[in-house]
Amino acid sequence: MSVATTAVTPPSAHEPERGHAGARIVNALATVDHKRIGLRFIVTAFAFALAGGVLSGLVRHQLAAPQSTFLGPDAYDQIFSMHGTTMMFLFAVPVMQGMALYLVPLMVGTRNIAFPRMAAYAYWMYLAGGIFVYAGLLLNIGPDVGWFSYVPLAGPQYGVGKRSDFWAQLITFTEVSSLLIAISVITTAFKLRAPGMSLDRIPLFVWAMLVTSFMIVFAMPAVMLASTELLLDRLVGTHFFNPSEGGDPLLWQHLFWFFGHPEVYLIFMPALGMMSPIIATFSRRPVVGYPAMVLSLIATAFLSFALWVHHMFATAIPELGKTFFTAASMMIAIPSAVQIFCWIATLWTGRVRLTTPLLFVLGFFVILTLGGMTGIMVASVPLDLQVHDTYFVVAHLHYVLIGGAVFPLLGAVYFWFPKITGRLLSERLGRWHFALLFVGINVTFFPMHQLGLDGMPRRIYTYAAETGWGPLNFVASVGDMITDVAMLLFAVNVVRSLWRGAVAGPNPWDAATLEWAVASPPPSPNFDEPPIVGGREPLWDAGGIAGRVRGLAHEPPEALVTTVVDALPDHRYALPQPTLWPLVSALATTALFVGSVFTPWAVVWGAVPVGAAMTRWFWPRRWEYRQRIAVERSP
Amino acid sequence: MSALLPAGPQAAHVAALWDVMLVVTGIVFVAIVAATIVAVARARRGAADAPSDAAGATAGEQRSHRIIWAAVLASTVLLAGLVVASAVTDRALASLPTDGALRITLTAHQWWWEATYEDGGVHDRFTTANELHIPVGRPVLFTLAASDVIHSLWVPELSGKKDLIPGRVAPHAWRADRAGTYRGVCAEFCGYQHAHMALLVIAEAPDAYAAWAERQRQPAAEPADDAAKRGRDVFLTSTCAMCHAVDGTTAQAQRAPNLTHVASRRTIAAGTLANSPANRAAWIADPQAIKPGANMPPHALRPEDARALFAYVDTLQ
Amino acid sequence: MNDALTRPDGAARVLDAKGLPTYAFGNRSVMWWGTMGLMAIESTVFALAIVCYFYLWTRIDRWPPGVPPPALLWGTLNTLILLVSVWPNQFTKHAAERRDLRGVRIGIVVSLAFAAAFLGVRVLEFSALGCRWDTNAYGSIVWLLLGLHTTHLVTDAYDTGVLAVLMFTGPLEGRRFVDVSENAFYWNFVVASWLPIYAVLYLAPRVL
Repeated sequence: MSVATTAVTPPSAHEPERGHAGARIVNALATVDHKRIGLRFIVTAFAFALAGGVLSGLVRHQLAAPQSTFLGPDAYDQIFSMHGTTMMFLFAVPVMQGMALYLVPLMVGTRNIAFPRMAAYAYWMYLAGGIFVYAGLLLNIGPDVGWFSYVPLAGPQYGVGKRSDFWAQLITFTEVSSLLIAISVITTAFKLRAPGMSLDRIPLFVWAMLVTSFMIVFAMPAVMLASTELLLDRLVGTHFFNPSEGGDPLLWQHLFWFFGHPEVYLIFMPALGMMSPIIATFSRRPVVGYPAMVLSLIATAFLSFALWVHHMFATAIPELGKTFFTAASMMIAIPSAVQIFCWIATLWTGRVRLTTPLLFVLGFFVILTLGGMTGIMVASVPLDLQVHDTYFVVAHLHYVLIGGAVFPLLGAVYFWFPKITGRLLSERLGRWHFALLFVGINVTFFPMHQLGLDGMPRRIYTYAAETGWGPLNFVASVGDMITDVAMLLFAVNVVRSLWRGAVAGPNPWDAATLEWAVASPPPSPNFDEPPIVGGREPLWDAGGIAGRVRGLAHEPPEALVTTVVDALPDHRYALPQPTLWPLVSALATTALFVGSVFTPWAVVWGAVPVGAAMTRWFWPRRWEYRQRIAVERSP
Repeated sequence: MSALLPAGPQAAHVAALWDVMLVVTGIVFVAIVAATIVAVARARRGAADAPSDAAGATAGEQRSHRIIWAAVLASTVLLAGLVVASAVTDRALASLPTDGALRITLTAHQWWWEATYEDGGVHDRFTTANELHIPVGRPVLFTLAASDVIHSLWVPELSGKKDLIPGRVAPHAWRADRAGTYRGVCAEFCGYQHAHMALLVIAEAPDAYAAWAERQRQPAAEPADDAAKRGRDVFLTSTCAMCHAVDGTTAQAQRAPNLTHVASRRTIAAGTLANSPANRAAWIADPQAIKPGANMPPHALRPEDARALFAYVDTLQ
Repeated sequence: MNDALTRPDGAARVLDAKGLPTYAFGNRSVMWWGTMGLMAIESTVFALAIVCYFYLWTRIDRWPPGVPPPALLWGTLNTLILLVSVWPNQFTKHAAERRDLRGVRIGIVVSLAFAAAFLGVRVLEFSALGCRWDTNAYGSIVWLLLGLHTTHLVTDAYDTGVLAVLMFTGPLEGRRFVDVSENAFYWNFVVASWLPIYAVLYLAPRVL
């Protein structure tokens, strides 16, 4: 374990890496180390992304030719619904939260995330939800009404069987998980920063995750409420969405999209946060316009809550209202433009090193910008009324999500892989991965703009040859295969590098933020003696690390709590130590959620083991108590 | 089917807006990508061990800021312009004159379109399915309704789309200025056979339209030969009459397309099959093989009954 | 503002954390922030449910449709019980912040008595709604609003109960007093969030 700075940390006695197999399994299940939990989120999310990619491969295979009999409508409807549901709920948001869980405590110079047991519980809930909904798919009762599950198609009368219940309850699992992680990230970013890291010195990635977490807090309740109302309509006969009894199908759309629009921004914003450190590092200078960058994030977050009706332009909503949403939907491009211009200025005035992470970042500039242009188009009501619900929108959403989130995410993987694993990914394979992916994405999705304008609606399992949609669909399917090859290269790169990659030191890229001050991979706890920060780029600025904090205990492991604005030291906080109760609580909660899909009484009976497990979780353990009492000091 | 080949004013306004937006966003896209490429290409290359330049970076920062603000200002002005262009198009769409419009009540079902023409008095009304004839040059005013789930009406060459939502009725208007056959689709996922829910809109000269409408108003002709008469009996005594209506007979159910003039349509099964005797026979025998999940069950008729039934359906011109 | 952390001669400074306390009250504590996070989420849920109520109202001519508004007695009584419960709750909070164990024990038991009362009256409120959840959309939304708040009453009562037991059995340490203080903060939120829901369920259909 090489050490380049003064952050020497002995292995913690409470996170043993060695020991017999049983102890290691229990240890893994009981961990409260943010790095292990964060890595779990990331790896699980990529596994779900693989599943989602297989599903989209099936879709493209079916649509490659007219009147294909590869998939019937029932299978196709489940497959496209699960593709969207997987990518949106089981990949895009969890992977970003996983990156935040891993990186934010390191970047702010603290030992762990706030509420680590809650973060562990959140992971198990996410995993359980994913397994639950895939069990449905594998049993041929998977959700089949699309990732936004419109009523009345998903309602009790037309959504026959349990399929939509599986979808609606998946929402409950994943939203509970995301909301809890959001609370942890907000608390960590506000209260656990290293002394001296005032608000105007927080890394841009941390700002992005902080703003994203606030968005999660205010957006996700809408979809939880909607999915609860849907489950109630289906299971106990309520009439929220039943027009015959005073309900309204549009209520679903309002609630869902009030969540759904911020949802895409809370996938996009962490990626914006990843862009900044990568650009800064490989331009050898800080990003231009830090205050503008922060204000742009905040402006984007606020504006994103004012756009949701643009998903409903074709419905019977008053026209004047729609015009407001056109204006807001176009104006949100401005803070994003500010960020793009600041990044270009950073590259322009820096000394550029074209590494793989930067290549993926450059891919963003092409693909996301194109998606942003079609976004401006669909923001306009009259134009949207032609392209809404067609392959034009499929093209738009994939350009913005892949260009805006996946490319920065892949760049981030190449960038932080050496920190997480201690080894560098291959640059050569990385360049091939980038090039093939860039080509593949464009070949797959660019033709879809034309298909939409030519009249091809979304979510059709087949089409007639006379429509003329065959050739471009075939091209798109070929593009999908190129993308598959690209991602296969990525998988090969990861596996090979884990075994034989070049060993990375603490800071192979000579980057600026605090995670690069510790060993690769970082020890547990992150910092034996956390730094005192003296500048915005702690590893670049003269006096960027102005000192060290001594005296934080290891038994119990303590974090330093600082003030919100100026990060002045306030008190010490004993962090929780490994425990199985988050896992047990998650199992109990899973039983409650799964049971309540079949009978409402599960809520009552299921509450008992959940209550018991969470009470044991909270109840202080004697040995931990004795440790804390030994160092207790009152305010 | 192309939104960029407008056959009426509604689609034409949008196609014009598309042109404006394509040009403006195209220029912006090229500018941003070019700036990125130039920034990377011209930047002094950094070697692997090039020191970071946190302090020196502040030199030239002022100029960067000015350029960024100028670019932001330019972007804002362009966006505002596009908002205006969009609003102008909105107003143009809303000002389609609807005096003397042909009124049609269009109800969407899983997976077919029911159209009731409301022109004239009570006795002039008629109901058809999946194929609309409209006169060129005269506005059409729809009242849109849905009987089960949300559907969306989209005929790209004539107009943008409008959703049909259970529990609500919504107006929608367009006009065809060019004769032709325009294909529309359902554009909101509505279940198994969302892919096979097309609508044919045939715009024709006003007198051709009037002739068609007059024929539609007539009840089914009395079958001429015995086979067709026998077929009518089969129709009325088997499950057909439980869902389908044929005006002039006792079959008046409205759960499925009105078949009074089904043999005169260009397609059957909501645009899925060309309308030929062979296709009609295949469809009646086993709709599930063609549109799996459709609400029409297969019919295992005795061969002689089937032949008679097909002969009867052939007479429903 | 960070000058205190950098020595004038620029040399590395050492901060000895041993002198710092190991717990703190109010927004100095991480527990406060966690509680605030949960309250923000739950407030959003309540606000959206209230929006649903008024949205459905715009879709129906006569409101409430087919039934009279909920009878005022039990709901108003419960509102009073909840408001009065703030007093023992605040007493408990202040006792905790003084680290007065006896005061905390008394206050928390009295608070629990109030919890039993308002839970009992809440059962009566459901029956006074005058409709079932499956009567119509109005029935669905009033049961949902009342049910959401009731869930918070139940969890709040349970949390308070667990803390009460801990206050008697131990093991006790400084941060448990922070937990009591934060639980009281949450209790106040549960009461405060009831007021707009009461206004919507009981007053709005009579006044608007």
